[in-house]
Amino acid sequence: MAEQAHAPTETLALREQFNTAEQQKESSTFGMWVFLITEVMFFGGLFLAYTVYRNTYPVVFAMASTSLNAVIGALNTAVLLCSSFTMVMAVRAAQLGRRRALIWFLILTLFLGLVFLGVKAYEWNQKFVEHHVPGATFHFEGAAEQGPAQLFFSLYFAMTGLHALHMVVGAGILSWLLFHAVRGRFTAEYMTPVDIAGLYWHFVDIIWIFLFPLLYLIDRHMR
Amino acid sequence: MNTAAIETQENYLNAGYGLKSWLLTKDHKRIAILYLITITIFFFIGGIFASLIRIELLTPQGNLVSSETYNKLFTMHGIAMIFFFLIPSIPATLGNFFLPMMIGARDLAFPRINLLSWYLLVIGGGFAIFAMLAGGVDTGWTFYTPYSTTYSNTWVIATALGIFVSGFSSILTGLNFIVTVHRMRAPGMTWFRMPLFVWANYATAVIQVLGTPVVAVTLVLVFCERVFHIGIFDPNLGGDPVLFQHMFWFYSHPAVYIMVLPAMGVISEIISVFSRKPIFGYHFVAFSSMAIAVIGFLVWGHHLFVSTQSVYAGLVFSFLSYFVAIPSAVKVFNWTATLYKGSISFATPMLYAFGFIGLFTIGGLTGLFVASLGFDVHVTDTYFVVAHFHYVMVGGTIMAFLGGLHYWWPKMTGRMYPENWAKLSAAIIFVGFNLTFFPQFILGYMGMPRRYHVYPDEFQVLHVLSTAGASILAIGYLFPMFYFMWSLRYGELAPANPWGATGLEWKMQSPPPVHNFDEIPVVTHEAYDYSTIVREGVEVG
Amino acid sequence: MSEHVDSVKTYTVVWLILLALTGITTGVAYVDLGDFSVVIALLIAAVKMLLVALFFMHMRHSTKLTQLAAAGAFLWLFIMMAFTLADVWTRGLVGTQGR
Repeated sequence: MAEQAHAPTETLALREQFNTAEQQKESSTFGMWVFLITEVMFFGGLFLAYTVYRNTYPVVFAMASTSLNAVIGALNTAVLLCSSFTMVMAVRAAQLGRRRALIWFLILTLFLGLVFLGVKAYEWNQKFVEHHVPGATFHFEGAAEQGPAQLFFSLYFAMTGLHALHMVVGAGILSWLLFHAVRGRFTAEYMTPVDIAGLYWHFVDIIWIFLFPLLYLIDRHMR
Repeated sequence: MNTAAIETQENYLNAGYGLKSWLLTKDHKRIAILYLITITIFFFIGGIFASLIRIELLTPQGNLVSSETYNKLFTMHGIAMIFFFLIPSIPATLGNFFLPMMIGARDLAFPRINLLSWYLLVIGGGFAIFAMLAGGVDTGWTFYTPYSTTYSNTWVIATALGIFVSGFSSILTGLNFIVTVHRMRAPGMTWFRMPLFVWANYATAVIQVLGTPVVAVTLVLVFCERVFHIGIFDPNLGGDPVLFQHMFWFYSHPAVYIMVLPAMGVISEIISVFSRKPIFGYHFVAFSSMAIAVIGFLVWGHHLFVSTQSVYAGLVFSFLSYFVAIPSAVKVFNWTATLYKGSISFATPMLYAFGFIGLFTIGGLTGLFVASLGFDVHVTDTYFVVAHFHYVMVGGTIMAFLGGLHYWWPKMTGRMYPENWAKLSAAIIFVGFNLTFFPQFILGYMGMPRRYHVYPDEFQVLHVLSTAGASILAIGYLFPMFYFMWSLRYGELAPANPWGATGLEWKMQSPPPVHNFDEIPVVTHEAYDYSTIVREGVEVG
Repeated sequence: MSEHVDSVKTYTVVWLILLALTGITTGVAYVDLGDFSVVIALLIAAVKMLLVALFFMHMRHSTKLTQLAAAGAFLWLFIMMAFTLADVWTRGLVGTQGR
């Protein structure tokens, strides 16, 4: 078992099940990718339900989609893409051992993530005000059958909600990274947590990349 | 090594005492033992429900329990047995314990996640037990909508939550195994030198990772439906109940392969050792595990034959369901070929392996019966299906689990179990099992529906036989619980390699040391290479 | 993972392309393309996903195993969708009541 002694702060802790640092890093990275596979299937179930019901109720889904604000959705998408940019820059800074750059990019990423969540909260509130939240108070004008319209919004809230939950977890992870980055825990030799947190953050971004057109942009030309 | 020395040598069991050393352990071997205790408790719980079911079915009238209660009994029997016993069973106990050793690693890739997996099972199990005690759930373990989402007045959410949480236990175990097998093999341990038990657990892990998240999100939707009435599975609101069935079975069919693949891995190990021959067609057996994992994901619609699933989809699923039998058959043929001209000894693990081969074959062949769309329309939701899956799950998986437990007990505990009692128990289990479940094939074929506790008089004889068998089976299961416990104190001390087996786990002391290997071995032998093995004088006949 | 450090330029270019594609997909949604709309939208989303995966997630430098794992995830998602839709889209074709 090898505990690399870098005075005074612990930089690389080689866990005893691993033989080399290389093995530990590769395992951690691959482990995160396997976890992302499970996330694809987890969100995938919702995408499946969406596909089935959009196929069954194309007109109602288009009407419901149009009630969402596409400009805000697009801008929020841009915010998230920017956060992915700052995240990969943070990873790059960590790879190069640049502590201050790492810290600033992490802060930026966290900030942009929180902006995204703030906008989402605003959007949800809009839906609440318009009585588009599924449940007892649901009412969607313009649809003869309320059921399918409610289905759209159920999926909207389920999918963006699950996504937002992942963003919150991501924000927590970024905070943790920030805490340790400030304490100098990451070096060019040991930045695996930053690396795999980046993978997670980008994955959550990819989910949104699909959510945006599927939820906000159904047959916009019809209005 | 003399007795006194074996008794006092440092191993994973005596390295640290006290609750904290167990509840906060990162040692995969201790975690395996924790799992063993947990799943045994759930096996008991499921067994109690099974006993009540079989007692009720002694008479044609529903006079022991009400229909509502009976619905709860079979539901909770299924949930306890499937999600909290069978799914974790072999991977989380024997897999956890031996996979790292078999590939020459000191532990799994992520020991803390391994411990988390166990806690998730316990927490999930806690929710499920709470639901059972608070009044139970009556939807069937399959939670079909809209009954489970709209009409049932029982503890659906608590149970669903329990299954959801334990699902993540399964996912994390799968993740751990996949990364471990890819990244932690010792030098020289190539893919095709690994024991087939590792291949089996690897294939299982792939299923766990790809399938379980889908049932998890499905349960989330059931929860949302129940609480918010969003209509996603409710026809009155435009939803489709069959969508639930698609999403549920997308996982739950591959889940049966999660349950049976590790069992097949155990059988490969046992057959090889007790024939003193390498497994015939190693590559075929290894690839067949992967084939089962993949093809198993393509057949779920055979559970929807009598739903409003389209006829065309039904045809496709039926056709594919025949394919999934092929790799299983490959294994059975290869095991048989391994036995041919082998030096066979009839130790208890081997008895269980023989039982497995016979009973799994029957179960598997009847699977082909129900894979046929036309035939299934007649026997679906009858006892024919019940008998089919109990043959593969109990006659298959549980027998393999018991076989593996006996086979590896000396290594895990440093003690031999009492061989004669073990052989007797195996015989009792075999007889009890067949008496319980063979009549059910006939019952189903004659039209006895499943999940019914009231039935026509002419079915009673077969039901009585089945219940008689169940009581014999129960006794058979109780014996090992007693003699295994007994062996911990009074069993003969086990040497490092009582069976003369190959495999890295047999090269170390029994019980193993905490870190498995002082030095990571360099592997030069092929798997199942008996040319250099010397048995250490334990006669088992 | 290799110690390949991509340049700021690479990341910036990818980022700008991603933003542009977001604008394009939003704009195209207002053009009547009939059934093609959803295909275009999904195609653009797929391109964006690939850019994020290959460049931001470093998949172009990753091991074949990682690439296989990622591909496998999408294959499995596709299987789940395809076989379910194979049911939903062929209902009523045979003319049997209720199927």
